[in-house]
Amino acid sequence: MRQDNVELTRREFVGMTAGAVFVYGFHVPASNANDAAKSEPFAPNAFIRVDGQGAVTFICPQVEMGQGVYTSLAMIVAEELDADWKRVRVEHAPPNEKLYFNPMLGVQATGNSNSIRGFWKPLRQAAATTRACLVEAAARQWKVPAAECRAEDGKVVHDRTKRTLDYGALAAGAATITPPKDVPLKDPAKFRLIGRPVKRLDTPEKVNGRVQYGIDARPPGVKIATLIKSPVLGGKVARVDDSRAKTVPGVRQVVVLDDLVAVVGDHMWAAKQGLAALDITWNDGPNANVSSDLIWSRLREASKRDGALAKEVGNLQSVFGEGVVTAEFEMPLLAHATMEPMNATVHITPAAADVWIGNQAIPRVQAAVARAAGLTPAQVTVHNHLIGGGFGRRLEPDAAYDAARIAKQVAAPVKVVWTREEDIRHDWFRPVYHTILQARLRDERIVGWKHKVTGSAVVARWLPAGFKNGVDFDGVDAAVDVPYEIPNYRVEFNREEPPGINTAFWRGVGPNNNVFAIESFMDELARSVGKDPIEFRRAHLEKEPRLRASIPPSGAASVPTTTCSRSSRSWTSWRAASARIRSSSGVRTSRRNRVCGRRSTW
Amino acid sequence: MVALSINGEKREVDVPPDMPLLWVLRDVLGMTGTKFGCGLGLCGACTVHLNGNAIRSCITPVSAVGDQPIRTIETIGGTSNGAKVQKAWLDVEVVQCGYCQSGQIMSATALLDSNPHPSDADIDAAMSGNICRCGTYQRIREAIKRAAG
Repeated sequence: MRQDNVELTRREFVGMTAGAVFVYGFHVPASNANDAAKSEPFAPNAFIRVDGQGAVTFICPQVEMGQGVYTSLAMIVAEELDADWKRVRVEHAPPNEKLYFNPMLGVQATGNSNSIRGFWKPLRQAAATTRACLVEAAARQWKVPAAECRAEDGKVVHDRTKRTLDYGALAAGAATITPPKDVPLKDPAKFRLIGRPVKRLDTPEKVNGRVQYGIDARPPGVKIATLIKSPVLGGKVARVDDSRAKTVPGVRQVVVLDDLVAVVGDHMWAAKQGLAALDITWNDGPNANVSSDLIWSRLREASKRDGALAKEVGNLQSVFGEGVVTAEFEMPLLAHATMEPMNATVHITPAAADVWIGNQAIPRVQAAVARAAGLTPAQVTVHNHLIGGGFGRRLEPDAAYDAARIAKQVAAPVKVVWTREEDIRHDWFRPVYHTILQARLRDERIVGWKHKVTGSAVVARWLPAGFKNGVDFDGVDAAVDVPYEIPNYRVEFNREEPPGINTAFWRGVGPNNNVFAIESFMDELARSVGKDPIEFRRAHLEKEPRLRASIPPSGAASVPTTTCSRSSRSWTSWRAASARIRSSSGVRTSRRNRVCGRRSTW
Repeated sequence: MVALSINGEKREVDVPPDMPLLWVLRDVLGMTGTKFGCGLGLCGACTVHLNGNAIRSCITPVSAVGDQPIRTIETIGGTSNGAKVQKAWLDVEVVQCGYCQSGQIMSATALLDSNPHPSDADIDAAMSGNICRCGTYQRIREAIKRAAG
């Protein structure tokens, strides 16, 4: 998603998505834990706490899953607060849509690569306001004008009298000050932390074994369970013989629900052995006959329909006629395969529930556990953790929901850990897509372009407000804003849900389908007019100088020094990929290009 | 009762003999630094040292361990190469999500214990059983070289 030229006003937040614009009233929320006036530590908003020792705790609304956000967002806070970086700590935010929603999404969720874009300004405002209170507290103590004081490295300094006070000593006083409004933000030229490489805050514990992911939670008395869900989505348990399972050493209980069976034991080995010893008969239900062939044939059939209009520029009909080049691209289902298998630990008591998990959208976890347990969300406490791989899989609360349904039958906290096999089998998959690209060329330039995406609308399920007029803004992401100069183009989205498969976001969804199709098609078009694929692209990038500079003409020794080393690497691999396509069997139009989800490792 | 020697301490555990060492560490002893990734010896997240060699604890039954010493991520920093590897990991900022890194560090340390100056090919061969879903492979290689000095 692009967010160019969007000026964020102080009290309003504009989350812009391709094809949809959301506007949310935004203000730095008051902390729910602190009714300012008397309490210590000083917590003037939901994001920041300064204690009597001067430690700054940043309550991070976004979850850390390897992308570095606990460090980068903490840097934004520390910068604007003029905090001592060595005394900054990060805490997981609890579920609270009002306090911790992601301004780019309108819900409390970490996804879509927008944490910095979403929180850049609100965190700076929160930190600047906090700093202003600390400065004011020092000024009152010294009986000097606040304008004569400045903040630096966790202290307030009065230069004229050479006095300093640590934030710790000021916290109690600052808590009595009404936070001012519209505090000016720092001049970026004065940034001391932002723009400077710092060590990540989350790494030391990740190299010495002390790190705690959700799967490492061990509340007292915890039992370990593993489960098998109906192998066919929508299927039910018809019959279970658990007599052998119950003889496995360490097995304590077998939980049979409508659509899954779980074995609870003293440890995962007992649970796994117990599960393997079950004799289950499934009623496969309405999806009994779903196969890969059925999924693909329905998708291909659906791709013949016209889609909903996502974007139109110029007049495609005026140039589409003879000589239109067509190519079709298909993308397979992909599992997320996070290194940390799906898991959730749940303890349900008559009037409360606790859940220990690492999740990208914890209010949904809270709601799901409440629903399963027959409680209100307020009765459910979510202990969020670092995430051992999210990629969109942990935007879903299904692991917590299943764990809660199991935990409801168990008189102890129960940690439900999926086997790797179950984790792959019951992934919420990146959808299958069928994409048709068509173009008309004149004098070696593209004069018309049509892009039709057929596939699942993940947004329609996950963020219904984002699904408008039949268009999934994510499904057409990167298709609606191709960088190439094309005077007439049209993008359509054609929703077709695969039967018997749960679909979900997967490292962004639209772009990883659309960019592959677009760039492959650009190669095909170049080939059709006998042009070098890089020259062909450069010719269509005259209004995009930065992108143009990233792909120097064929034969150039290297990329210009103005582009970063990262572009250099991606350019090299991209060039190699182009070469492979060039050396393949030449242009065939209207062919299907299948791609396998292979990723290189070592 | 099974008697094990873990990180220099004798531990007695009441577990079935076919139980993989991984679950003894994690679920019985509460040593969660060693990770479960696949349970099939395919991903390397569960790597520990048995008698100084990197092994996959998820497919190593305790009956096969006997009195051979086990070392895990929790104390690898107490060894010379382990400390160097951990420092290099921090210096290079190898880690992203971090879930595989206990296993990566255990494999890297075992490599340096047996081969103090590994080539790229040696590193690739020794580390090929450790998957990183974030793709930190280039930095892992760089950190191993840095640790080798």
